Amino acid sequence: MICQECKQRPATMHFTKIINGEKTEFHLCEHCAQEHGDVFMFHGNAGFSLQNLLAGLLNFEAPTKGAKQNAFQSIEILQCERCNMTYNQFAKIGRFGCSHCYHTFAKQLQPILKRLHSGNTTHAGKIPRRIGGSIYIRKQIAHLKQKLQELIAREEFEKAAEVRDQIRLLESRVSKHGEEG
Amino acid sequence: MSLEKFLNTAVSSWMNQEGPDSDIVLSSRIRLARNIVDYQFPTVFGNEEAQHIVQQFEQTFARQSHPVVGRFELLKMNELQTIEKRVLVEKHLISPHLAEDCPFGACLLSENEEVSIMINEEDHIRIQCLFPGLQLTEALEMANALDDWIEMHVNYAFDEKKGYLTSCPTNVGTGLRASVMMHLPALTLTQQMNQIIPAISQLGLVVRGTYGEGSEALGNIFQISNQITLGKSEEDIVEDLKSVVQQLIAQERMAREALVKTLNIQLEDRVFRSYGILTNCRVIESKEAAQCLSDVRLGIDLGYIKNISRSILNELMILMQPGFLQQYAGGALRPNERDVLRATLIRERLKMEERKAMEGDENDVR
Ligand SMILES: [Zn+2]
Ligand SMILES: [Zn+2]
Repeated sequence: MICQECKQRPATMHFTKIINGEKTEFHLCEHCAQEHGDVFMFHGNAGFSLQNLLAGLLNFEAPTKGAKQNAFQSIEILQCERCNMTYNQFAKIGRFGCSHCYHTFAKQLQPILKRLHSGNTTHAGKIPRRIGGSIYIRKQIAHLKQKLQELIAREEFEKAAEVRDQIRLLESRVSKHGEEG
Repeated sequence: MSLEKFLNTAVSSWMNQEGPDSDIVLSSRIRLARNIVDYQFPTVFGNEEAQHIVQQFEQTFARQSHPVVGRFELLKMNELQTIEKRVLVEKHLISPHLAEDCPFGACLLSENEEVSIMINEEDHIRIQCLFPGLQLTEALEMANALDDWIEMHVNYAFDEKKGYLTSCPTNVGTGLRASVMMHLPALTLTQQMNQIIPAISQLGLVVRGTYGEGSEALGNIFQISNQITLGKSEEDIVEDLKSVVQQLIAQERMAREALVKTLNIQLEDRVFRSYGILTNCRVIESKEAAQCLSDVRLGIDLGYIKNISRSILNELMILMQPGFLQQYAGGALRPNERDVLRATLIRERLKMEERKAMEGDENDVR
């Protein structure tokens, strides 16, 4: 292939640029690619190739065009209520519009995450300090609720009332956390 | 004003400092991706939201002093010249995406350039720490401390099951990308990289050339990074990468020893021919320059060449890129002009080393 710019030297650099899902290909020799430096400032270009890879993966998840019309439509109208991104848009650009998208597309996302992160779907790392606090409290609440059930079953109502007050106190703390957030 | 200082002192601290295993590992980098809850991701957010985030960072963090890192400076992309941005990209301080496509992008840069926090790139916040040599754990510690520092003022988008929520699902969970830049001339010369790269990919890691396109690795410099961000702790991700890097270091050292044993005089010849080209060339393309620099650096590591600092490879690989050359020239350059200026810059830089060595000798005589 010959460089599309100078039409002299062989094209050794191949770029794919995706803006808003619009794909444009460039085939340039090294010199002309450098001349285009303002556009292709990057040498590694890793982001783009990874994005291509991802887009392929996501399209694989979406039903093919040959599939039944119904199935196709049902996924097409799947849309995030907070940022208005549709699943199709996501599949095209490989990026979510907001954190709520993770909730909206949770079902479709599961197999994608598995493939991207070699089978993993659950976070096992750092927890933000603030949220970390409320996760701990919520676990405590769950534990106390179980205790409450046991106390009621044993008809120890005085103790049960104490535990119930404890739960209320913790629950008010969790909701305060939310408001601060 | 002070950007000029950033750019004029072209060499970042990490480029000429030595770190553990820095004969093979040039630098270690940690990146954490974070987003602010209640804002849409940069993929779709409006200008108002974008500006609001930049303002928040300007008011809260810029010119504030972090106890360990020191002062930060906020650089707004829409206030920088194209060449200035390009220089920041070539120094690995910001991404090409931030420089090119993010009009409301900004960057908090620490004075020593070890830390750069990109704002409104693909995610709202990307904390990056760059250390010389193999120092992944140290870089992770610093990134974590900065993460906590930012979190005192910002509420992160986080989900108990999915972790830190990122704009791209390839980063969700820890939002961590750990990477190491390695100079692997002997493994390349003995054609072992062709087998090593697919083997490493099997381990959930990515190998690519730091400079150059596709499979080509200019200057025999490779970047190795984790691909998986979900389901593993930050410490495990870093440890897994570290153990592969250590194996690569051992293999590269073995390959170097074998080369010296079997080729010795031919290897020395190759090193000095490359040195000859660099000290005498008048026109040089980046590909040839990178190969020669790699040979010379190998020659320094093996003791063939004395009195030249090791950092010459890191430094010149960065300084000979188009953005820096144009910064050096003070204006736009055509590719042919760049090849001439590149040759001049490399010759001058090597002359500086010779002068330094001669002064050292004179001092010895006295
Ligand atoms: Zn051309
Ligand atoms: Zn959304």
